[in-house]
Amino acid sequence: MLRRTFLLSRYAEGLFWMGRYLERVENLARLIDVTQSFESPGREDEAWFALIRINADEEGFAARGMTADADSVKRFYLLDHQNQTSIPASLEAARYNARTLRPLISTEMWRQLNIFHRDMTAIRAEELQGDRLSALCTRIKEGAQAQTGITEGTFYRDQGYYFYQLGRLIERADQTTRLLDIRYHLLVAGGREERRLAEITQWGGVLRAAAGYHAFRRVARPGFTPEDVATFLLLDRQFPRSVRCCLHEIDACLSTLRAEHFLRGTGPALERVDELRTALTARPVPDIIAGGLHEYLDAVQRDLILLAGEIGTAFFRDWRPLAAVQEQLQS
Amino acid sequence: MPEPATTAASDPFASFDPGQYFCELTTLRQGDGGALSEVRRRIGAIGLDALRARALAAENELINLGITFTVYSNASAIDRILPFDCIPRVLTAPEWDVLERGVKQRVAALNALLHDIYHDRKIIKDGVLPADLVFGNPNYRPEMEGFPVRFGTYVHICGTDIVRDPEGKFLVLEDNARTPSGVSYVVENRHLMARTFPDLLAGMRLRPVDDYGRRLLEAMTEIAPEGVDDPQVVLLSPGIYNSAYFEHVFLAREMGVPLVEGGDLVVENDKVWMRTTGGHRAVHTIYRRIGDDFLDPTVFRPDSMLGVPGLIGAWRKGNVSLANAVGTGVADDKAVYAYMPRIIRYYLAEDAILSNVETHICREKEGLDYTLANMEHLVVKPVGESGGYGITIGPRATKAEIDAARDAVKADPDNWISQPVIDLSVAPTLTETGIRPRHLDLRPFAVTGKETWVLPGGLSRVALKEGSLVVNSSQGGGSKDTWVLADERRMG
Repeated sequence: MLRRTFLLSRYAEGLFWMGRYLERVENLARLIDVTQSFESPGREDEAWFALIRINADEEGFAARGMTADADSVKRFYLLDHQNQTSIPASLEAARYNARTLRPLISTEMWRQLNIFHRDMTAIRAEELQGDRLSALCTRIKEGAQAQTGITEGTFYRDQGYYFYQLGRLIERADQTTRLLDIRYHLLVAGGREERRLAEITQWGGVLRAAAGYHAFRRVARPGFTPEDVATFLLLDRQFPRSVRCCLHEIDACLSTLRAEHFLRGTGPALERVDELRTALTARPVPDIIAGGLHEYLDAVQRDLILLAGEIGTAFFRDWRPLAAVQEQLQS
Repeated sequence: MPEPATTAASDPFASFDPGQYFCELTTLRQGDGGALSEVRRRIGAIGLDALRARALAAENELINLGITFTVYSNASAIDRILPFDCIPRVLTAPEWDVLERGVKQRVAALNALLHDIYHDRKIIKDGVLPADLVFGNPNYRPEMEGFPVRFGTYVHICGTDIVRDPEGKFLVLEDNARTPSGVSYVVENRHLMARTFPDLLAGMRLRPVDDYGRRLLEAMTEIAPEGVDDPQVVLLSPGIYNSAYFEHVFLAREMGVPLVEGGDLVVENDKVWMRTTGGHRAVHTIYRRIGDDFLDPTVFRPDSMLGVPGLIGAWRKGNVSLANAVGTGVADDKAVYAYMPRIIRYYLAEDAILSNVETHICREKEGLDYTLANMEHLVVKPVGESGGYGITIGPRATKAEIDAARDAVKADPDNWISQPVIDLSVAPTLTETGIRPRHLDLRPFAVTGKETWVLPGGLSRVALKEGSLVVNSSQGGGSKDTWVLADERRMG
């Protein structure tokens, strides 16, 4: 005879955050990869500092006493364990959560994360140099993807699975807006034709970083515009990293928790998803760009924070001081 | 019989010499059906190099799986594996029969003692056990007086530390009746063995060890408050910073119950609930892996962050069961230990199946005088410590160490006992210089609800340092897979 399962609030919170941190690791590797491809001779530092800006890490970066050059930014994200937003620190946080979740997650998930964590906390400075950086980014992405695959294939699909997915999807949507934003921060200098060509290359780089280049090619018109790229990353229904696609899956997770696990507390979060989706499609993308893409993406990011907040308030341990600490880490 | 994968040119046992000690593998005894010499032959056939390579792979796997304990020193926490020695320790069927009956007898006596101590105190009135040993014990809990526990079981999980003398006789070193740990390694070691040394295990008729979780859950279900239909069991852990956290995870998983921390539980109307995404959910049995002191800040230590306010109140109302019961520490005390043979006789009218190590109690003048006069020949132990801390082994200690121990004993005699040095048995162990004898002990685990069940074998802890007698994991000990032969039939 099988019993209906339930989920401790602490586990729900841990799974949500473990999902977020892992997704963050994968996306940061994507951002670093694309930043490297944006480097143009003589302007490397600018390209790399844009990464700090889109992650809103200016304060943290300055606090570490670093100068705004390419090397420092790479070290800040790949080597600096003290930087809470670095890859080693995110992985440390993911593993911390996984450790509290060991009674629940599959042994294979824990084992892989353990190995991934050991690898990522031992990145050496020389791996940040030249062509080795791209290989490192690939290794990071693959580590996170192995985790995704193992989770998909081994994690029992009760409530916990959906809280894990919610963390991943919210983070993924957020990171896609940041990836899109990185272009905004890099104005291309030079003549008109030169700028047009450089822009096309850069948008191609953004799409590649999002693993959407080929899919985009299949759906885009031959002479694509930046609007087309933004539309794809924000609104495409089939692209797994588009904001709309993430929202659709978030909706599905919340609905499953509501219908199959009787979690009535999903109400406010579902309403938020509805609002976000409406806001996303209310205006045509060219209008959005004309009105300021950066401001628009900022607003989407804020809405995603509110969505995460609704889930936390309804299901996590907001009565505990630790919740506040993790909120701070996040923002 | 399948042949081992590789063969070696020379027998790695050629220079193995256990000296005057009883050897768990090479000292011949009846009833092994030829298994002991077969194990030795197979290890020899694998050869030193392959043994080392596979042992390394096995330890790597322990790291990958996070089967670790945490050591704290100078405010830093380090995850360590319990070093795994790949040469198994083998117990024959007749040997296990003695051990199993002996452990069950001891658990029965401990439970009878605790019931008596917290009710009629006949054993004290009859002059068998000194009153001050009970009431002067910091682990005595007045809260338990007159309080009934189901089936009279106080010690639901018991770990009995057993050693073997040069004649091969088993002796009990101490009882662990509070929150004994180590059982997870028993099961994980067997899994590891099956993965890395299938050729050693092939065809061996061994008693299985993977039934522990089911047996534990069964006992925890039995002891739930009466009238609860489908009781909810949880395991209460201090959390990830506890050195035994892996074991808590292991046990929760094996039982299929939530691992909770104090903050996950809440007491309302004298009932215990856990906080879930769907609201509060009732809890009926708590297998707690935190000490009495930390259970409930409103009753015991007010500074405890690990416990649950109101838990003891809910317990006393009979709404939740605790395993082990509160107040068992009074029975596994090292001073009470000295009386165990008499306690067994008193309650069960039987002689102890497993003998004690001769023990001198320093709170008694005779014992104190003897201890002070013979420090150089004795093991001197503090009564209240665990984990091998604070022990002085006379024959191995420097003069300064003996003087320090003597001062400590004089300053607070009540806190000390002494025992003769036991020449612990040895087992062949893989070391840097080859296969060498190393001292070891055995901790069988007994689970008691309505009845007592003993996990076949137990944890064999081995002192990896040459000549060392300290097997504790915090002091550089390792472990071995412990085999109990299912029967006496000839192999093959």
